[in-house]
Amino acid sequence: MADEKKELPKAVEGAGTQKPATEGGGASAQAKPGADASSKPPAPAGAGGGAPGAPAKPPAAAPPKPAAPPKAPIKPDPWSSPLLDELQKRFPGAISEAVIFRNMPSLNVAKEHLVAVCQFLKGPDGGAYNLLTDETAADYPKREKRFDIVYHLYSFEKNNRLRLRVQVGAEEKVPSVTGVWPTANWLEREIYDMFGVVYEGHPDLKRILLPDEWVGHPLRKDYDILKQDEAWVKANLGIGSGH
Amino acid sequence: MPEATFLDANELVINMGPQHPATHGVLRVKLKLDGERVLGTECIIGYLHRGVEKIAENRTYAQFTPYVDRMDYCAAVTNGMGYVEAVEKLLGVEIPPRAQYTRMILAELQRIASHLIWLGTHALDIGAMTPVFYTFREREEVLKIFEEYCGARLTTHAFRIGGLQYDLYDGFERNVVKFCDYFLPKIDEYEQLLTKNRIWINRTRNIGVISGEDAIALGVTGPVLRGSGVKWDIRKAQPYEAYDKVEFDVPIGEHGDTYDRYLVRMAEMRQSVRIIRQCVERLGPGPIFGKVGKVIKPPTGEVYHSIEAPKGELGYYVVSDGTVNPYRVRVRPPSLLNLQALDKMAHGHLIADVVAIIGTIDIVLGEVDR
Repeated sequence: MADEKKELPKAVEGAGTQKPATEGGGASAQAKPGADASSKPPAPAGAGGGAPGAPAKPPAAAPPKPAAPPKAPIKPDPWSSPLLDELQKRFPGAISEAVIFRNMPSLNVAKEHLVAVCQFLKGPDGGAYNLLTDETAADYPKREKRFDIVYHLYSFEKNNRLRLRVQVGAEEKVPSVTGVWPTANWLEREIYDMFGVVYEGHPDLKRILLPDEWVGHPLRKDYDILKQDEAWVKANLGIGSGH
Repeated sequence: MPEATFLDANELVINMGPQHPATHGVLRVKLKLDGERVLGTECIIGYLHRGVEKIAENRTYAQFTPYVDRMDYCAAVTNGMGYVEAVEKLLGVEIPPRAQYTRMILAELQRIASHLIWLGTHALDIGAMTPVFYTFREREEVLKIFEEYCGARLTTHAFRIGGLQYDLYDGFERNVVKFCDYFLPKIDEYEQLLTKNRIWINRTRNIGVISGEDAIALGVTGPVLRGSGVKWDIRKAQPYEAYDKVEFDVPIGEHGDTYDRYLVRMAEMRQSVRIIRQCVERLGPGPIFGKVGKVIKPPTGEVYHSIEAPKGELGYYVVSDGTVNPYRVRVRPPSLLNLQALDKMAHGHLIADVVAIIGTIDIVLGEVDR
């Protein structure tokens, strides 16, 4: 795998290592094991977090490990259930993928149908998923639609969980589900804060954890771990920024 | 926030916190007041934000384990348990029974310790000063067990991905049982101080009422949800470790007020003792580590795993891209989402009750802000 070579030096250098956030993750954002195994691609040009100052790690330091016996890649299985059939009947074209991995079904929902699908799932016919356990996001900068917005639902009635996923591009707005589950209020603010995803129909969309004037969205993959809003830190804390 | 005020008096907006002893850390609440009555609250959080989720992406799976202890530092053991279980689920490994029961014992001890902090500080906020000295005395005994087991009292880093690092020391079982015997009468002692205390009842009855439906809509979990009469505990509903093999009850409240939540947590401590005793009985000899390689490299995929932390549902959403670093770790902190219900619960109450409500939600700001 791509990271194997760097493993040893990284473990030795420990906490001080300035590892560009995009290196490991970005390369295999598309989850293609085949592409990963090939030689490491040059740093992605678009990834600003590439830590210009950091020298390339000496690959010679890490002796290659004896090749592990090839294992069959573990893949999510397709998921089928009456609920899925019902969804596909009611919202044609809304569900693009339905898989199950480690006992957790996961549906890819089209952005346009999101709120309607959520309303339906919350209702009695849709399984009464009335607890929005969590809503979060993940960033895949190399993909055309950069963000995954991930919803974890729970149904008290059926005692099971369901994951919804919406893929959106960097400039797209996401419909807010605060109308369906009020819980989403702070969760969506946090996603806005950390990823810069803008929600449509959110009652109070503003930063939640970072100061209001902060520039940048830290959980994006191109936001380096040591990077911060230098101007804000200088003005408010009167210190350098950690670089 | 509602606009109407009593007799058209001017509304007053004041800040409670971030430096306020009863906000349990650095919570800042903007209170919109009509006289002393609360018309609305707005929580301003993030003062303790450390970017835990970003750190995770730059560490290996194992390296990240100690960081989770720093979120809910009053319940480090359960934090660590949730994370290692999530990674184990991603890896698809089973851990041996001895490790499972050890984890459960420590996690339930941690629940007791966390509830003791809650009880002490909550009572102190409301004005009952005595319980805090008693609860910290008993909590100390729990911390001693932790210290003897893994060398740390607060941020324990007790578990490893795949099992335990250390086997139990000689006399662990004896110490734990001794603690259980010692602790049960102490709960009666606290109850004697508070449960029928008229001041306590006046300060907590019908304060911060939230119905079961509202609580679910706002994503409230844990004792706060159970106080509203929803019988839902992840240990029962979706058991992890060996919780399906032990017997315990899920105490619930009736009115969804501060007093009921108090009763629920008191009953939970008794149930925890019950669980611990059963675990100690079942703690047989055996391995303490599952089949996990030295280098943890889960397959590409994602899991969401949640456990019943002392404060509610603590969930970890871990995405792997097949490398040694997690691609994304998301922590679903119970405190954050429970805190979101503050506005609903505090509406119409007095300022002094806001203190009681913050106490009853049982937040830890390290976890709210991460």
